[in-house]
Amino acid sequence: MRDMIARMAEDRPVSQPRGFWLVPHRRTASSCSHPVLKNDWRPGTRGFGEEPEEQGEEAKPRLALRSPLPHTAGVILDVQKFIDRERGYWDELAELLRLQDNQPDRRPPLDEAKRFHYLYQRTSSDLVKLKTFAGEAETTRFLERLVARAYSRLHEDGGERVPFRPWQWLIRTFPSTFRRHWIAFALSCGTFGIGAAFGAAALKLDYQSKADFIPPQFSHLNEKPSKRVEREEKQDFDAFQGRHAFSAQLMTHNTKVTILTMAAGFLWGIFTIILLFYNGTLIGVVLFDYIADGQGTFLTAWLLPHGSFELPAIFIGGQAGLVIARTMFGWGTNLRLRERFTRIRGDLLTLIGGAGLLLIWAGIIESFLSQYHDPQFYPWKIGLGAVQLTGLILYLTLGGRKLPRPTLSSD
Amino acid sequence: MLSKTTTLIIRTPEGVTFEVPIASPFCRCIALALDVMIVLAITIVLAQLAGALSVAASTVPVLGEVMEDFGSGATIVMQFAISIGYGMATEWLWSGRTLGKRVMGLRVIDERGFSLGLKQVIIRNLFRVLDMLPSTFYLLGGVSCFLTKRCQRIGDIAAGTLVIREVESSPPAFDELVKNERNSFAALPHLEARLRRRTSPEEARLVMDAMTRRDELEPAARLQLFAQLASHFREKAAFPDEITIGLSDEQYVRNVASTLFRRASV
Repeated sequence: MRDMIARMAEDRPVSQPRGFWLVPHRRTASSCSHPVLKNDWRPGTRGFGEEPEEQGEEAKPRLALRSPLPHTAGVILDVQKFIDRERGYWDELAELLRLQDNQPDRRPPLDEAKRFHYLYQRTSSDLVKLKTFAGEAETTRFLERLVARAYSRLHEDGGERVPFRPWQWLIRTFPSTFRRHWIAFALSCGTFGIGAAFGAAALKLDYQSKADFIPPQFSHLNEKPSKRVEREEKQDFDAFQGRHAFSAQLMTHNTKVTILTMAAGFLWGIFTIILLFYNGTLIGVVLFDYIADGQGTFLTAWLLPHGSFELPAIFIGGQAGLVIARTMFGWGTNLRLRERFTRIRGDLLTLIGGAGLLLIWAGIIESFLSQYHDPQFYPWKIGLGAVQLTGLILYLTLGGRKLPRPTLSSD
Repeated sequence: MLSKTTTLIIRTPEGVTFEVPIASPFCRCIALALDVMIVLAITIVLAQLAGALSVAASTVPVLGEVMEDFGSGATIVMQFAISIGYGMATEWLWSGRTLGKRVMGLRVIDERGFSLGLKQVIIRNLFRVLDMLPSTFYLLGGVSCFLTKRCQRIGDIAAGTLVIREVESSPPAFDELVKNERNSFAALPHLEARLRRRTSPEEARLVMDAMTRRDELEPAARLQLFAQLASHFREKAAFPDEITIGLSDEQYVRNVASTLFRRASV
């Protein structure tokens, strides 16, 4: 018999749950108090948990199965009768599930929700009965799928249903989340700063290595700064010439880099740190190159308007990545990885959402203002950049703080 | 490589345990390929539309230039938004199913068997940029799938999700199995009762599985299987020769199935 079972197990489709075939019926008649398992049940009569109203009809004398054999640990459900009776409930549950799949946003009325719950419980009970008393594989599989879908629908994370309030998120959630992970932000800035220092030092020691640091897409930076400044300042600015496309490219590229910096934290933060360091090196090379060539004003007017938002956004991406890295290591907690991730998921989305907003603004400014290199506007551009940076610092450090409640004076 | 599990076992608070089949990496690859093709198709259509609008607007002197540039910018943003947002929108709106997953009968669920939350949908799709590395070869995601027990890519681990196979099925029609077949055992109810009494649930399960899946077997294997089953059940209850004579092994087992699973006639 074992051979046959094993052969059929080998022959069954891959999709069939493994381990189903050889599970012995562990409950014994003597260990269970229910009359069914005491072998007081008869085939064709009422089974475990079945409708009491059928009692009368089924009370007619029948051949009782009082097995003296120890191996007859369970009894066989009358599957045909069972399916005939329950099929309507299963179909009704499947229909409700189909309805919910087709209209996910639909909020079912209370009566329907109650009915759904009842059908779920009934089908779950049927599944248990079938597994215990019949072990019929096809129907069991069908019921498992049905119960799995219903279970999934019933047990949603309640926290997800809190309505999203954009204004509250902007003025309170984002800055307070940012502050909650300020150490990660400091590390992110620090890594970037070390990269920048490395780039500047490398250029100071060997200016010829500049071309090695500049990636191909920024080849215009290989030009000597003073020459570029002279050329750019003479050039007419056309607000429409390729600005939209340029802006779009910047936004999408920077957003991808920021998302990658965050996601790379999954590799225990190593890749996040490498990305931050690499970007820092690039900025360090450019800063040193322009300042050493006496083009500090041009550089500030060029980079500050958009950089005041773009760089903090990348730091925030790095901050999110380092938060993930900390979660991967699991320092200071004995929670499992799954629970640790569940706890930071909201914060990650808040941080990356905030970084995304900053990058959108930075992309617009970079396209339509930063590339406008008329020297008479440098003070305005630098002023705007300074105001933006100050505003951002104030927003991130003070935003969302609860004001002290006024106390009633005893006078 | 960790040992793989092909099913997610869920134990509900009500004490019900059920199994959900986990999707294989191969099925997921096909679903992904379908989704990539759909995203490409949408992007191409939108780019063509933007191009057509630009051409139409180019007849107007100043507006033409602005629209041409705006169109190319908008196309870049749309491509990005579609590539990132397609998975998020479809998985959220269709409860964990993109079009590719629908075709392949797959669904993303919470790893505890719950429905997907919005945060999970966003996180697992954002992490795609990491799973896709290097370039767009999905090497990291693929390696993660092969290394994790439940075939999860990095985005799945971060979001606490997994992809399951969800095939619509219906319970087998038991009437069909024994329809139009007279059960000659029914003439001897006391022997039928003996057969029922001496058959364990595991043996009954084996009979029903053999009956429901007999058409999937090779002819030789089918003959051999039913011969062994018939021989086994002949020992449990000895039906007289006048009942069993002329019955093939398969007919014998079918009678056994009818006896075990259908309403008793007494």
